[in-house]
Amino acid sequence: MSDSPRRDSPQQSRPAGKAPGLLGGLADFLDDRTGYRAVVRAALYENVPGGARWRYVWGSCLVFAFLTQAITGLFLWASYSASSQTAWESVYYIQHEMSGGWLLRGIHHVMAQAMVVLLALHLMQVVIDGAYKAPREVNFWLGLVLMMLVLGMALTGYLLPWDQKGYWATRVATNLAGLVPLVGPAIQQLVVGGPDYGHHTLTRFFALHAGFLPATLVAMLVVHLALFRKHGLHAKQPITRPDAMFWPDQVLKDAVAMLAVMAVVLGVILLPAVRTMLAGGQVDWGHVGAELGAPADPSQPYAAARPEWYFLFLFQFLKVFEGWGASGEFFGAIVVPGIVMGLMFLMPIVGRWKLGHRFNVCFTLAILAGAGLLTAMALNEDYCGLWADKAALADVRKLLDETEGDPGKIAAALGNDAATIAAFEKRAKKLEKIRHSESFLAAARQAEADAERAVELAGRPGKIPPTGGLELVRRDAKTVGPRLFERHCASCHAHVDPAAPGAAEILAKSSAANLHGFGTARWLEGLFDPKQVAGPAYFGNTAHKEGEMVGYVTGEMADADEWKPEEIRAVVAAMAAEAGLAAADTPAELVSRGRGLIADGERCGSCHTFHEKADDSGEVEYGSAPDITRWGSKEWLVGIIADPTHARFYGESNDRMPSFGKGKDGGAAILTREQIELVADWLRGDWYRPAGH
Amino acid sequence: MPHHDSRATHGPAANHGPAANHGPAANHGPAPRRNFLAEALAILCGGLATLPPIAAGIWAFLDPLGRRGAAAKFLPVADIASVPDDGIPRQFAVVADRVDAWTGFAAEPIGAVYLRREKGAEKVEAISATCPHAGCFIEMDQVEKCFRCPCHNSRFTLSGGIVAPSPSPRAMDSLECEVDGKGSIAVKWQNFYTGIAEKKVKP
Ligand code: FES
Repeated sequence: MSDSPRRDSPQQSRPAGKAPGLLGGLADFLDDRTGYRAVVRAALYENVPGGARWRYVWGSCLVFAFLTQAITGLFLWASYSASSQTAWESVYYIQHEMSGGWLLRGIHHVMAQAMVVLLALHLMQVVIDGAYKAPREVNFWLGLVLMMLVLGMALTGYLLPWDQKGYWATRVATNLAGLVPLVGPAIQQLVVGGPDYGHHTLTRFFALHAGFLPATLVAMLVVHLALFRKHGLHAKQPITRPDAMFWPDQVLKDAVAMLAVMAVVLGVILLPAVRTMLAGGQVDWGHVGAELGAPADPSQPYAAARPEWYFLFLFQFLKVFEGWGASGEFFGAIVVPGIVMGLMFLMPIVGRWKLGHRFNVCFTLAILAGAGLLTAMALNEDYCGLWADKAALADVRKLLDETEGDPGKIAAALGNDAATIAAFEKRAKKLEKIRHSESFLAAARQAEADAERAVELAGRPGKIPPTGGLELVRRDAKTVGPRLFERHCASCHAHVDPAAPGAAEILAKSSAANLHGFGTARWLEGLFDPKQVAGPAYFGNTAHKEGEMVGYVTGEMADADEWKPEEIRAVVAAMAAEAGLAAADTPAELVSRGRGLIADGERCGSCHTFHEKADDSGEVEYGSAPDITRWGSKEWLVGIIADPTHARFYGESNDRMPSFGKGKDGGAAILTREQIELVADWLRGDWYRPAGH
Repeated sequence: MPHHDSRATHGPAANHGPAANHGPAANHGPAPRRNFLAEALAILCGGLATLPPIAAGIWAFLDPLGRRGAAAKFLPVADIASVPDDGIPRQFAVVADRVDAWTGFAAEPIGAVYLRREKGAEKVEAISATCPHAGCFIEMDQVEKCFRCPCHNSRFTLSGGIVAPSPSPRAMDSLECEVDGKGSIAVKWQNFYTGIAEKKVKP
């Protein structure tokens, strides 16, 4: 180090002849003991042939991006906890509760993406300028290794929040790793940390992300920079301007570029917040920066599973091999990416031939263009539902519906004309694409809603239980209720706001009452409306269509002499009060009047029991119609869902409704008690709501 | 501190002169002598010294290789009443006790199966919801009456058969399934390797 060739650099140590001041003296002492001046000189006074240029900034920007990641990463580390019951929870805490957490995570998240872009730019610049050629081959190879390390950190980092998105994307990635010949399954088992995803998947990914990979990266980076210095900067030819020094000319350009990168990163983070502010809205900082999905749940499908955008091209690439069977996936995930990497490693050797360099440039541009194209295709497939013209394909939809997709019937409907059929099939494919996109968009919306809800639950005053955020979600009526309803109830019951567009169609298809708003005054008003009671939203599609209730509502209750409108209103109020769902401003007298009318043996009480006392044996003698004591309350709903055939409810006259809580002959029930309660709570709209909502 | 002393004796000049490259040894010790035995021993000792931490680390790191998932067991998933014989698959959660490294979960949903009965059939068919392509969660398309994987668009018939062309190398994985006298359906829960044509059970 002492025989530095840059002795003639413009700034020597302290100018001779001047007595050192106190600071100067200290610096002299330090230099004598450490030789730091020579090191600083060597670092700063590098000759830049042809002067500083903007095209040389990418490497420095990458180092800067890595530094940013190291700094933010270390601070994130100080708050992160890698286990399947604490990862999501700690990231939630960072993002939504810690001061500045959103910014810290936002920078780490967005800079990771910026780094991938910078990598592509740096690679392009190196290849186009021919900077990979002798004597810089080794440095080029190191650069490729560095690139893979960065991508590895991106891949491992995606899992760490342990949300649905990261979890499902990682499942795909690790399953693909299992395809590597011979050692694949072992590799998969090692990175997953066992036969199943869990704590050790997280601890391992975290160790890779924050330990092994960055440590390797730093070691390689040191050599990469040392070699860069050894060979000097590869100047872009022809050189037209005089040489300059690295410091300060190139450093200035580098620093400006770094600042620009940081500005872009901050811009990406803050833009949505600024928009909200400009629109006069209140910014919820927890939602600024990186997003956080719902906690990972292996039993809950996640149809919006996509890797980070810079891996989308690989994801899309797998679809290219559609129909190739097992070899397709092996090709797409292992062979082709392997060949591409192999060719890149060969570049310095290929570049020795005359045409080699051209080939390398074309190859790199082709790969980048291909990746760009695949990314665009992936995005188009997922989002085309947003802009595609569905109306133009309405006839295709109709014919497919009518024929149930039966090719024979379609052909017949199209007059068995080959050309028409081919055209139809093409349009059917298009429709299929749009439908695919729509289901992705719906899944993405659902994922967003689930994420939002998970965060809401985690923010309860009771905080997250030790078993983790997933527990909160699994016990949440608002989240689980609709899923259970969809699976077990929706084949008969509708759950649709009657005022919503398309509601009539849904109601017509249902074979039992519409349970939207069940227990509320609105629902009850419809029940007692002679025009609605026999309609599809109530008894219209059931065996009770011509039953006594329908007869009573369309007969006696429709007669203003027997039932005055305010009496019906009183019954509505009383019933809603039984359910515990009456509006807050319901007058108490109205309710008690309604109660009297219901209990009246000449009116409702002639069929329904209502707050009937148990007899001496402790049994209640029920009437011919369901008991409506505490009708619509959670307890009542749980009872009827568990066993509608019980004498308290429909007894013998139950129309097709399964007893969800009662297994046959002591066998397992369809739903557990807890699940039934969740459905009941959801139907009643009874779930946690944060204060102020 | 002998090192400090030697630097001090030579003064600043030593820092710039070529002699500095040889260090103190050049001035005080004998000329460098190749001693094969000493070199080999140095490497051996150094290597032996660093071996234990590396070996211990790798030993522990490889631990998952020896771990097996819970033995495949028949798990009750549903009652036959909830699987009408209409040929339409219904999705059910598979609930079992699960161990995740140091945590034991009692009765946790660990995955999902589709159960289905052909029109008028007694026999229940069980199909795993895990995609044989790369492990995403296959969903049922109610409108199109088929299974659809949201990841790479693999499609399957309602009985789990492959709809060509498909990225998936094989049909959906069927699972063994039993119905006891009380109508309770139990499914033998297994995971399979993805991405290969053969349906191979994961240990
Ligand atoms: S994981 Fe199902 S298609 Fe790829």
